[in-house]
Formats: sequence, C-alpha cells, structure tokens
Amino acid sequence: MMTATSPIIVLNQVNKTYYVGKNQINALHDVSLSIAPGEFISLIGPSGCGKSTLMRLIGDLEQPSSGTLLVKEKTPSKARQDRDYGIVFQAPVLYEWRSVRKNVELPLEIMGYSPAQRHERATEMLKLVGLGDFGDSYPWQLSGGMQQRVSIARALAFSPSILMMDEPFGALDEITRERMQAELLRIWSDADSKTTVIFVTHSIPEAVFLSDRVVVMSPRPGRIERIVDIDLPRPRDFTTRELPRFFELVTEVREGLREHS
Amino acid sequence: MGDHDLSLPKYTSQSKSAAAQLMARLLPVTYVVVGLLCAWEGIKALWSINDNTLPHLSSIVSFFGSRSQGGRGPLLVYQMLVNALATFGVAFGGFVIGGMLGFLLALIFTQSKLLERGLMPYVVGSQTVPILAIAPMVVVGLGQMGSPDWLAKAFIAAYLTFFPVTIGMLRGLRAASSEALALMHSYAASPVQIFLKLRLPASLPYLFTALKVAATASVIGAIVAELPAGSSMGIGVVILNAAQYYNSRPEALYAAVLIAGCVGLVFYGIVAAAERLIVRERRIEA
Repeated sequence: MMTATSPIIVLNQVNKTYYVGKNQINALHDVSLSIAPGEFISLIGPSGCGKSTLMRLIGDLEQPSSGTLLVKEKTPSKARQDRDYGIVFQAPVLYEWRSVRKNVELPLEIMGYSPAQRHERATEMLKLVGLGDFGDSYPWQLSGGMQQRVSIARALAFSPSILMMDEPFGALDEITRERMQAELLRIWSDADSKTTVIFVTHSIPEAVFLSDRVVVMSPRPGRIERIVDIDLPRPRDFTTRELPRFFELVTEVREGLREHS
Repeated sequence: MGDHDLSLPKYTSQSKSAAAQLMARLLPVTYVVVGLLCAWEGIKALWSINDNTLPHLSSIVSFFGSRSQGGRGPLLVYQMLVNALATFGVAFGGFVIGGMLGFLLALIFTQSKLLERGLMPYVVGSQTVPILAIAPMVVVGLGQMGSPDWLAKAFIAAYLTFFPVTIGMLRGLRAASSEALALMHSYAASPVQIFLKLRLPASLPYLFTALKVAATASVIGAIVAELPAGSSMGIGVVILNAAQYYNSRPEALYAAVLIAGCVGLVFYGIVAAAERLIVRERRIEA
C-alpha cells in the first residue's frame, strides 16, 4: 500500500519504557512504521504486546521514551492541538447526561462550531451511522452496538484525518460484531474525506476483513513481528469472508502471531 | 442495520396514571406509619407504660389543637409551624453557605493535592468537635460582632453541611473516567471546558447525594444553634421549653420532636425533587 504519496504517520525507532517500582517494562522496543494517508491499518497481538500503547503514543495520550514520531510532519502534540484525531474506545464512553445528538455535538461544541453547524453535522453523522431517528434518545436507551455507532459518529463529527479505534467491537457479541465491521467499512468509504484508520484488535478475522495492512505484534518487549499486506478487493462484504484468499491471509497473520511466542 | 428493537423503559410510567403512581408511592409510607402508631399504643398498653413516659397519641394530637395563653392565644400547631419556619430559614441559610463552602473546598482540593493533604485533616477534625459546645461560642460571638441573629445561627448549620458536600463533591469531581478525559484531551479542550462539560455534570449524582445528607444535617445544626440563651424563635427554643415542663406536659416535647422531624423531611424532599428535575435524563442505577 505504500505509494509515492508521503506517509501521514512516521514512527522511527520508537521505544516506550514503563517503570513499575524498580522493574523496567519494555512496552515498545524499536518500533518503526509508516502509515499512508487513507490507509486502514490494524494492530494485532496478544495482551502486553504494546498495540494499545502504540496507538496512545500516536494519539499523544502518552509520550515515547525515545525515538521520533511524526504525524502529518508535526509532533503528535501539535497534531492533537490541530484536532487531527478521532478516538473510539472499547467502551462507547458516551456522556450519559447528554442525548445521542448532544453526544455527537460534543467535540463540535468544544471546537467552537455554531449551533446551526453543529446541528447539521450531527444530523449528517447520525444518518451515516444509521441512527438518524435516535438523536433524542439517551445512551442508556440504546443497545451496545448502537452506542458504539454513536461513539463512531462522535469521533468522525469534526472530520479528523486520523481515526483511532482501540478494540471498538471487543465488547459486542459475534453477530453484532461482524455487522459492525461491515458498517465501519461502509462509513469509512462514505465519509467525506478519506480517513486514515488505526484499528487495535485481538481478533484475526476482524483485522484481515477490515485492513489494508495488518501489523502483527509480539510482547516482551513489545515489537512489530511482521506486517501482512491484505490484498482482498474492496468493497468488502460478507462474501469476502468466504474467499480462499481470506483464509490464507488469516493463516498468515496467525503464523505471525505464533512466532516467538 | 435495523437491529435491536428498543425497549424503552419509559412505557411503564406512561401506562400508569399520575394518581396511581402517587398512590403506589404513598401506600408503603402509609403502611409504615399505621404500623408505628399501632406499635406505639400497643407497647404502651402491653407494658402499661404511664403517660409521663409515653403519652397517648391522642394527647399529642390534641396538644397541637389546643391554644396557648390559657386558651385565648393562637393554636399551638400554628405557633409551632411559625417556629418551624424560622428554623427552616436558618437551616436553608446554613445549607446555602455550607454548600458553597463545601463546593469551593472540593474545587480547591481537586486543583491542589498539596492543599488537600494539608487541609483535609482539619476538615475532618472540624466534624469531630461537639457542635453543642461550639454553638454558643459562634452564635454569641457573631452576635456581639453585629451579625444578624439568623446569620449567626446559619453558620452553625453551615458547619454541619459543608463537610458532606466537600467529601461528596470531591468524589464527584473525580468521577469522570480516564477515557472520558482522554476524549476531552483529544479534542484539545481547555481546562474550563473539561470542567463545565465533563467534570461538573459527572459530579452531579454525587453532589445531590451529599446535598441530601447536608439538608437533614442543616436542620440539626439550626436547632442546636437555637439552644443557647437569647434565642426567641425556632424549634430549638420550643424543644428547650417543652423539655423544662416534660414532667407535667410530656406531649409538648413529643410534638416538638415531630415538627422538627417534619422540617428535615420537607427539606430532604425539596432537594430530592431538585435532583429529579436536574438529573432526570440519567439512568437511575439500581
């Protein structure tokens, strides 16, 4: 997927070390990676491989111990100030005192959009995630899958150039999960500008189904084991999961996970 | 798409009329009250407790209906309600002062760990000092400094109310999840925006729990503040007088206690109603 266009995210020899008491934990060791604009990239690996840490470093939620990390040729901190990041966590993290619409409008309020702009944008986003009729509902009135859609609508509301998703479907049942994966691809291709997605998961089929590239990581110290190019055609739908190539790629990722473990 | 039908829990409340809902709420309370009244008279009859120790309910009721000044004055229940209103005013003043102080302290403590560590022991310590001992010092002292009578008393009520508000609000201001905060961080929200749009609304359930405790405590504080010599109005004064004549007229003290309890209940009810109004859209955690 690496083309002539310059990458949107560049990591060079990035290390992250935690100290727990006197113990030194190498969460990330010499991680180098380039992500192209508009690319859908998954980070996969067992617990402790540093996939969430890697995402949090890119999103300026944590600082690297060493190495360089550039987002749109800026520091992650500058990119955050410029509102380049939309984030979706495993939990929807909706504000329970706000209606669905008001939750989607939250980032827009903070970024100083006018009420009319907010209303228009929230309507558009709710429609995009298939919740056009639920703007006046409150989060607790929605199912887990619907809450996560609201969370995606909120993350995309201000058109960030990078969407970061940390196991967003991890709490959903398998059926809802597969439906949400297809939904996410549709939303991603329908969204007004091509958004770069960094998707953290521990599900191999999920990573293969969604991504352009799957970054396979391993723990102790957290590092990139291999990168698997996913050459499945887009648009992808339920038939994609039945292609022989899909199974080959799933196997390739699985083998990558088995190395050094 | 089109998954998950919505079962909005609202439909249960829509299917019942308002009157039926009120009945459903009042019925358990009525049962308890009737049960207590029966127990009262039952125990009195069973152990033949004399009227000075435990007066008949009827004599407490008729006490409310009798007139002061040998039958020529106003109804005693009216007199008591006037005094109750005075106490309520002091309690409310103290509730407001204590509430604001508690809110402010919680705010300061969330901003500075150092101040929290330094001041918290005194905040806790303040509540272990017997309020009965402090009341005369504050009421008399402030009175001599020219403070209006009700304000001096309200300070005692505030003394009891700021503590639960500080503790509750402190917990509430830290209730926002780290992920909710990370979201704000990713929006590059200012500290003021984070406070107004996340920390403050997230703290409201904790604040109201604290305010409900504070409401009843402020009534106790007001009554204690009315006890020192010099007060002329309030349930505290009524209790003091009734206690002096307890041997000859025990029902007066019981009546005063009943009214004092009602003041606390009403205050609690007002705060609970405000809570329902302000945090109504939230799910009530079972």
